[in-house]
Amino acid sequence: MLEIKDLHASIEDKKILKGINLEVNPGEVHAIMGPNGSGKSTLASVIAGKEEFEVKKGSISLDGEDLEELAPEERAHNGIFMSFQYPVEIPGVSVTNFIKTAINESRKARGLEDMPANEMLKLIREKSELLEIDRKFLSRSLNEGFSGGEKKRNEIFQMAMMEPKLAILDETDSGLDIDALRIVANGVNKLRGKDNAIIVITHYQRLLEYIVPDYVHVLHDGKIVKSGTKELALELEEKGYDWLKQEAVL
Amino acid sequence: MAYTEEELKKELETKEYEYGFYTDIESDTFPKGLNEDIVIGISKKKEEPEWMTEWRLEAFRVWKEMEEPEWANVHYEKPNFQDISYYSAPNKKPKYNSLDEVDPELLETFKKLGISLDEQKKLAGVAVDIVMDSVSVATTFKKTLAEKGIIFCSISEAIQEHPELVKKYIGTVVPQKDNFYAALNSAVFSDGSFCYIPKGVRCPMELSTYFRINQAGTGQFERTLVIADEGSYVSYLEGCTAPSRDENQLHAAVVELIALDDAEIKYSTVQNWFPGDKDGKGGVFNFVTKRGLCEKNAKISWTQVETGSAVTWKYPSCVLKGDNSIGEFYSIAVTNNFQQADTGTKMIHLGKNTKSTIISKGISAGQSQNSYRGLVQVNSRAENARNFSQCDSLLMGNSCGAHTFPYIETKNKSAQIEHEATTSKIGEDQIFYCNQRGIDTEKAIALIVNGFSKEVLNKLPMEFAVEAQKLLEISLEGSVG
Repeated sequence: MLEIKDLHASIEDKKILKGINLEVNPGEVHAIMGPNGSGKSTLASVIAGKEEFEVKKGSISLDGEDLEELAPEERAHNGIFMSFQYPVEIPGVSVTNFIKTAINESRKARGLEDMPANEMLKLIREKSELLEIDRKFLSRSLNEGFSGGEKKRNEIFQMAMMEPKLAILDETDSGLDIDALRIVANGVNKLRGKDNAIIVITHYQRLLEYIVPDYVHVLHDGKIVKSGTKELALELEEKGYDWLKQEAVL
Repeated sequence: MAYTEEELKKELETKEYEYGFYTDIESDTFPKGLNEDIVIGISKKKEEPEWMTEWRLEAFRVWKEMEEPEWANVHYEKPNFQDISYYSAPNKKPKYNSLDEVDPELLETFKKLGISLDEQKKLAGVAVDIVMDSVSVATTFKKTLAEKGIIFCSISEAIQEHPELVKKYIGTVVPQKDNFYAALNSAVFSDGSFCYIPKGVRCPMELSTYFRINQAGTGQFERTLVIADEGSYVSYLEGCTAPSRDENQLHAAVVELIALDDAEIKYSTVQNWFPGDKDGKGGVFNFVTKRGLCEKNAKISWTQVETGSAVTWKYPSCVLKGDNSIGEFYSIAVTNNFQQADTGTKMIHLGKNTKSTIISKGISAGQSQNSYRGLVQVNSRAENARNFSQCDSLLMGNSCGAHTFPYIETKNKSAQIEHEATTSKIGEDQIFYCNQRGIDTEKAIALIVNGFSKEVLNKLPMEFAVEAQKLLEISLEGSVG
């Protein structure tokens, strides 16, 4: 589904990604781990098409289509979703209004009519129950005054609503207490299916106890230095990242 | 690919005026210039009684001695008042009884503007008095209103049919010598609307007037007078669009509202006059004096969405004369390209327990300058006066400006005055977040701007809110390639 080949990317001439290779197939969950500054969030942003990063070399494709020429919204229309580490506030725009706009814009791109109101309502009801979201929450301004947990839960709620092919969760566990983490992880697990894939980006192994990955990759200095199964995450938890850094240098 | 801030700015700057067309209708136009003969001529054209002619001449004599004000935060080439024609009327009189009689070209213009009278008629609840270059050409729903004793007509008609009301109230809130533009308007106003709601009557529909400037080189001097008698209620809508034009057009309107004891007036405006092109050429000069007077327990709300004009100078105000009276001002002012707006309100607290609320939202893009100027004045007899003011500014790009000039004068210790102000910028992060959810940049800006303006949009009557939302989008977005 997602194929990344020898990806190099920079920001303001600073090289961040230095040759990433990654293949993600439908139904799989991949975890990308690594120390701070290793390029994890950059990788997420580059896949989503954030303008300030420049792809110097290599390619990213989704279902065989090269993403390079596609704007971020077009990538979203093709089924890429990113859960932000720091979701932005949009004052005066309710969660409901925002998600309604997002869904209808994607439908429009596919040549579909707006989703009928009653269908939208049903979907909202279903997905908010899944994530244990209070209805009152949906009428609040997007992310304005939200707690860390509420912001992340809102991200996953949007993911549930948009049903993406590929979801990238960027540090979804940061700022979450254990209860919120469990709710968010449960939500994500319920959204796993044989046709979609998830990339979980995280610093700690903790989240992976709840969202169990099929593969774990360790990113260091812009490269994937080690790949393995879920056991790799446990090993990292035990030994830290230093032994891999040394290995990478050798 | 996605948009950088630079591209975003460029895109905002390239939006051309949507209603840039103009109608070719034969007109009866006065020669350029202004003197006592012209003033008398206008009065004669309108078949006015002598007292009205005298009133105009009085204003003209005062105006001659006045200087154009310079304190506003706007810069423009002053109009040459002798190079303007002060009267222009579509010459196919008389007025029409049905749409069939109306000049088809005029109807076509309205269609382009999306205000087909046919539709308006069917939209139960909205009566429309259209002012096309100074003369009212159609008035609908008059009958329904007449049954309730409501008078809704052109000011010229009112001067002839209801001279006692006009004589009693005109100039009582905005005197002839109030300011330079008000004096000019008093001397040469050619038409406008008049509305009277009798005691205890609740006007059953939103009253609305569409203004339109259409004749090259003719200034538009509208005069509006709304009187809500004791215990009555009226909601009045005013919406404007104008054709594209190369030279500057002067507009100096006066609106007077009178809310007698226990009465309430809601006055909503959507203004979309030609703002000049992307190089700052052309555009309407909008120098308006709007003021309302509240008697005991009365309430006046001004709601305005200002997206047009090259230069705007406008301060819808409330004189809270009666005890327990309430004044409100809700405003969205959008400036783009080289537009300049200096707008705000004055809340004059005279009576006891008077309350005022000011919510101002300024949105600036391009090279524009957007200023809020507001005065809250509490007089010595105004015990327990309260005011809350909130001024928020939203900036797009780095070349525009937002300014806030709040003035607070209080002579009574019991006054409670609050002022809050914020300035924010549409960030690339907000745009990217929306993009990532499948929302393109154009739509994202619309969403963010509408969210920012929500508190004010919510104050507009339903049908107007939709129109205003569209207008905000039109004013700020370009065609995304």
